[in-house]
Parts: sequence; structure tokens; C-alpha cells
Amino acid sequence: MQLTIRYFGMLAEATAITEEQLQTEACSVSQLLEKLKIQYPKLSGKDFKVAINQQLVAHNHIINTEAEVALLPPFAGG
Amino acid sequence: MSFFNSRYHRQIILPEIGTSGQDKLTASKVLIIGAGGLGCPVLQYLTAAGVGTIGIIDFDVVEISNLHRQVLYGESAVGKNKAQAAKTRLTDLNPTIAIHAYPEKLTTKNALSLFSAYDIIVDGTDNFSTRYLVNDACVITCKPLVYAAIFKYQGQVSVFNYQNGPTYRCLFPEPPKAGSVPSCAEIGVLGVLPGIIGSMQANEVLKIILGLGTVLNGTLLMYDSQTTQSSTFSISRVASEISKVLDQAKDFETIDYDLFCGIKKISEITAKDAFLIKNAQFIDVREAHEQPKIESLDSANIPLDKLGQELSTIDKEKEIIIFCQSGIRSKKAVEIFLKHGFVNVSHVKGGAVALYEIIPDLTDYRNL
Repeated sequence: MQLTIRYFGMLAEATAITEEQLQTEACSVSQLLEKLKIQYPKLSGKDFKVAINQQLVAHNHIINTEAEVALLPPFAGG
Repeated sequence: MSFFNSRYHRQIILPEIGTSGQDKLTASKVLIIGAGGLGCPVLQYLTAAGVGTIGIIDFDVVEISNLHRQVLYGESAVGKNKAQAAKTRLTDLNPTIAIHAYPEKLTTKNALSLFSAYDIIVDGTDNFSTRYLVNDACVITCKPLVYAAIFKYQGQVSVFNYQNGPTYRCLFPEPPKAGSVPSCAEIGVLGVLPGIIGSMQANEVLKIILGLGTVLNGTLLMYDSQTTQSSTFSISRVASEISKVLDQAKDFETIDYDLFCGIKKISEITAKDAFLIKNAQFIDVREAHEQPKIESLDSANIPLDKLGQELSTIDKEKEIIIFCQSGIRSKKAVEIFLKHGFVNVSHVKGGAVALYEIIPDLTDYRNL
């Protein structure tokens, strides 16, 4: 399954990319995150929400089709 | 054409606005929390558009390092309170509206009465404690919240608690770990970014007042000034998050948002260190029947569920050391003390068991 992953804010710094195409067997958000945290250890310990196809979802959300996954951290600045 | 109409002529001739739209602006009251990077453009555009009553709350003073992005201020404002300096500039921009400056910190004590006097709240703060405080106060007082926050070259904007839509807690139920998300002061920001994002906030405020277009209600907009791309994400209302806020609404004034956001930590000390503190007031929050008793320790026994009623009998000046059996109830007790204005409070790691174990050495410690 092909996913497009988008990293926002400090998550793009943790992964050193803003976007990537990923071929993965992960079928839930939590499985996907486990894999990403192995690939990008700096993602561990970061707080963020996940959106699939522009819709915020819970970590038990099932991913079974091609999708765009966005990792959205909170920002503090003003 | 009257002087009033000339001022607003270019927006009144928009068919969607007209004089009735201008009347709506005149009748509306908007409170801006924080007159910094985001607050400045919000204030500038809302004042210019003729929002009838504008409130500005900010305890901070203008610094020279603010001027590259907080474009309301000039060098003459350096050292002055931001709310008052903003009012001075804005009064010159539009003397026909009412501008109230509150040169103070937004707290759980003043938030509810302040919010109640306005129709729309704008979050231009720079830290999570205040953001959660603002969100919860908006939920309790039923006010729409026009939210934005920035990080380096990116910004996020949304409208919360509007037309039964989601709140900030529906997006981020828990604050991030303290210190994990840096501020503009720590990592820097290009001045134009808060200018863009703050202008988007002003736009949302005007849309709400005028009933124009589609408000960012239930939508998080992410903007990247490096790519000039914006993306939107839908957020759903999470009833349980909103209930949490409403359930503790009556205790709102006692909520410690710094504690909630991990900025203030519950201090834990070892049994050995606890004995080293001179004149400490030990409090055992276990039930009276629980063992082991620490006979040789001069302590007050106030079970956790009675603590609230007994707080007034405890000396605030003394250093307070709390223990229970294992350290769980004592941690809750520390939270209660902190919420009620006690400062020097800690709890014993390992609780009564840990204290009991070092009692054979106690004489040595006391003689140190």
C-alpha cells in the first residue's frame, strides 16, 4: 500500500523531510507510527495528531487504501 | 456622506456588507489575548474595520526584539506595557471605537468575568498554559475562540467552540511535554509570518461578525510560508473533552494550568531528604488505620478525602511534606495544596514504607 506522509512543524525537523511516499504493510495508524518511529528515532517522544486524507483520526484508525497521512504537532508561538 | 461612512466606505460598498454589516461591526465586542506577533495584526485590522469594542489583555512590556514582528509598536513604546501601548496606537488609528486595555496577566481568576463582557475571543498567546486556560474559559462562557499559533515558518489557524463545533481540546486533548515545543523566543521567527497568520485570524473574526463565507469552524488550517501552501484538516467535536471542562467549571478558579502543562512540577523527595528539612510540617494522608505508623515522626494525619476541609488549619509559611502508603495519594495531595496557593509542598517517594525503613538511622539524621 502506498502512502504519502506529510510532516509539519518540528516533525519535519525530526525527520529532515516534509513529505515522502512510503510503501508499507501497516494497516492502522498505530502500526504506521511504530514503523515511522523506528525509521526516525527523533519522532519518539514528540506529541502530534494524525490526519488521514485531511480528516483527524484516532490511533486505532484502519488504513487500507492509498492515503495521505499528515502528522500535526501543536504549536506554541504567538 | 458622513465622516463615519467615509471611513468605512470601501467595505460598506461591498454588497455583502453594506451599512447593516457596518452596524454589526459597531455592535460587536472582541477580546484579544496577547498583543504580540499575532495580536498586533488582529488588533490593527479589527480597529480599522470599526469593531465597536476591542479589549486587549497583556501583562508584558514592549522590547526592542519585538519590533521586527509586532508592528503596532515603535521605539517610543519600548519598555511600555503592550496593552497600553497598543491602545495608544489604535486610538490614533480609529478614535471612534472603544478600546479597553488590561495591563495584567490572564488568570483563572479574571478570565470568566472578562470573557463574559465580549462576543468573540482571539487567542494570540505564546504558551500552552494560557492556550488551555483560554479554551476552557471560552467553553465555560460559551464564546467562540479564534485560535492561531506559529512555529518558525508555519502557522495554524482554527475557530473553536463556534456553532457547537470542536474546541482546542478536541484537537489536542493533552498538552505536549513541557519544553518539547519551543517558542519564538527560543527558535526565532520571521516577522511576516505572524503578520500573515494574525491577518487570517482577523479575517475569521470579521466573517463571524458579518456572517460571511465559511468560518474555519471544525477545520484546522496549516500554512507554510516557505512553500506558500496551505492545507486544511477537519476536526470533530469530542463531547467527552468538552464535558471534562464543564464538569470542573465551578472549580475553574482553582485550576493550575502551569501544573496541567507540566511547567510547574510536583516535587518528590526521598525519605532521607525529607528528614533533613528543618521545621517541616509532615502530613500523613492515609486513613487512620493504615500501617506502619511512624510514631517517632511528628506528623498530622489528614486522610486525602478530608484534606480540602482541613487546608485552612495548615500553616502556609512552613515547608509541607506529605506522605501516604506508596506515593500515589500524596501526589494528589500536593496537587490540592498547589491549587490552593501553597508553594513549599513536596511528597515522599515510596511513602510511609520508605520513611519507616530509615527510622533506625533517624537519630543520626536529627543530630546532623
